[in-house]
Amino acid sequence: MADRTMIYSSLIAPFAEFEFMRRALVGSFALALGGGPVGVFLMLRRMSLMGDAMSHAILPGAAIGFLVSGLSLFAMTAGGLIAGFVVAVLAGLVARTTELKEDASLAAFFLLSLAIGVTIVSMRGTNIDLLHVLFGSVLALDNPTLILIAGITSLSLVILALIWRPLVLECVDPNFLRSVSRAGAPAHIAFLALVVMNLVGGFHALGTLLAVGLMMLPAAAARFWARDISAMIAIAVALGIVSGFAGLLLSFHAGLPAGPAVILTAGVLYVGSLAFGSVGGLARRLVRRRHLEA
Amino acid sequence: MTAQLRFQNLTLGYDRHPAVHHLDGSVPRGALMAVVGPNGAGKSTLFKGIVGMLAPLAGGIDRGGLKTRDIAYLPQAAELDRGFPINVYDLVAMGLWRRTGLFGGVGAKERERVHAAIAAVGLTGFEARPIGSLSGGQMQRVLFARLLLQDARLIVLDEPFTAIDSKTAADLFDLVRRWHAEERTVVAALHDIELVRANFPDVLLLAREPVAWGTAAEVLTADNLTKARRMCEAFDEAAAECAA
Repeated sequence: MADRTMIYSSLIAPFAEFEFMRRALVGSFALALGGGPVGVFLMLRRMSLMGDAMSHAILPGAAIGFLVSGLSLFAMTAGGLIAGFVVAVLAGLVARTTELKEDASLAAFFLLSLAIGVTIVSMRGTNIDLLHVLFGSVLALDNPTLILIAGITSLSLVILALIWRPLVLECVDPNFLRSVSRAGAPAHIAFLALVVMNLVGGFHALGTLLAVGLMMLPAAAARFWARDISAMIAIAVALGIVSGFAGLLLSFHAGLPAGPAVILTAGVLYVGSLAFGSVGGLARRLVRRRHLEA
Repeated sequence: MTAQLRFQNLTLGYDRHPAVHHLDGSVPRGALMAVVGPNGAGKSTLFKGIVGMLAPLAGGIDRGGLKTRDIAYLPQAAELDRGFPINVYDLVAMGLWRRTGLFGGVGAKERERVHAAIAAVGLTGFEARPIGSLSGGQMQRVLFARLLLQDARLIVLDEPFTAIDSKTAADLFDLVRRWHAEERTVVAALHDIELVRANFPDVLLLAREPVAWGTAAEVLTADNLTKARRMCEAFDEAAAECAA
């Protein structure tokens, strides 16, 4: 009986007693659900760092939104979406028309964006505002923000279902897709839009610097547990949800900032998967077992 | 005899430099044609033109009413991401695209066809294997199974038997014969002159320009082959505009 009380008070009570914890939990679940699949595709297309770059790129847009109307959900979301799309398109254009490869041009754009964004926020706001923009405020999610995040997640899942076939095919065998269908380019653009949307959603909860964490860390960890893309996505989502839950508890009990605690938990899960994962984990490689008969 | 493919003064290339220059002629429906020529002769370029991946610099291709999606194309050393987590069954099932499109379902009948195609290339039992674990020859078998499912009237194979073992090449060549018997049109780029001589009724010897086109005996003479090797010079950066 005493055990049960302890489990209740440590694992459930924080969410039962405090509304802000419940909101944070719902927000991080929604982010894990939308970001997981997007992260898995980013990883499989070798665009993991691109997610990172894009998350920085949305900063100046959000900052201009902030400049115009303070910490307004609508202005910062719209600004972030616009800036994200502009940078994605510009980086693609530079890569196609010049000698610079897409990764280098993205790196250039996102460094520039980060500098511009921080400058704009500091010009008008306080250091608190800057912290809010950079690291988010997962413990202060109000209704409109939650609805926005949940809406983005729902839309992502629907779009992903629609473009699933061409998206998978474009990753595996782009030439084949080109020979049977013209759906490749639209699917690619829709996918980039998903990346930007999910980052903007994550930005409100976790800030520009950490938004990509709940997208990429569970995806990278899932690679060590599954050989099949559907299973990989399911595991990524599950790991994201666990990170949200455990991270918020960690932050509650240890008095840590919530956003970083969530990402830290995801990071611990990643390192654990790297070490003990059933598909190519380090432990499996170190322990030599006798070969099989067939 | 109706033509499946007709080239009219076709010039294909990159950056205005022709890689296939002034090609005229036609491939009859149901033909089994080999395209031979030295490296850089424009074989792959011609195939990209045929399947519509490369727009002609001049002239044109009449595909006898086929759309590009009705043509099955196996590129040279397919640029496949072998690390992608997908299994043999799912990769072969992509051959059903023309039937299923973006959203169409895969029913019991289709699943049976996928299994039949996998069996036809001798890979039964490999359905659940991730493609990353296959050998080069097995991978080529998988790609042939996908071609089988595409059920295309025109099949274009770019160096399908390069860098695979002779047993696999022989098995896969049986499929090519089967397509020929089913009166599909097959066009294949090949290096093995003896294989071509023994099996292909029609041969096009290409060296940026057509050197000879006709029956294997007419085309594959020592004279023609030497001529083809000589004609394959490099791009001239300062080349003048072609007057023809």
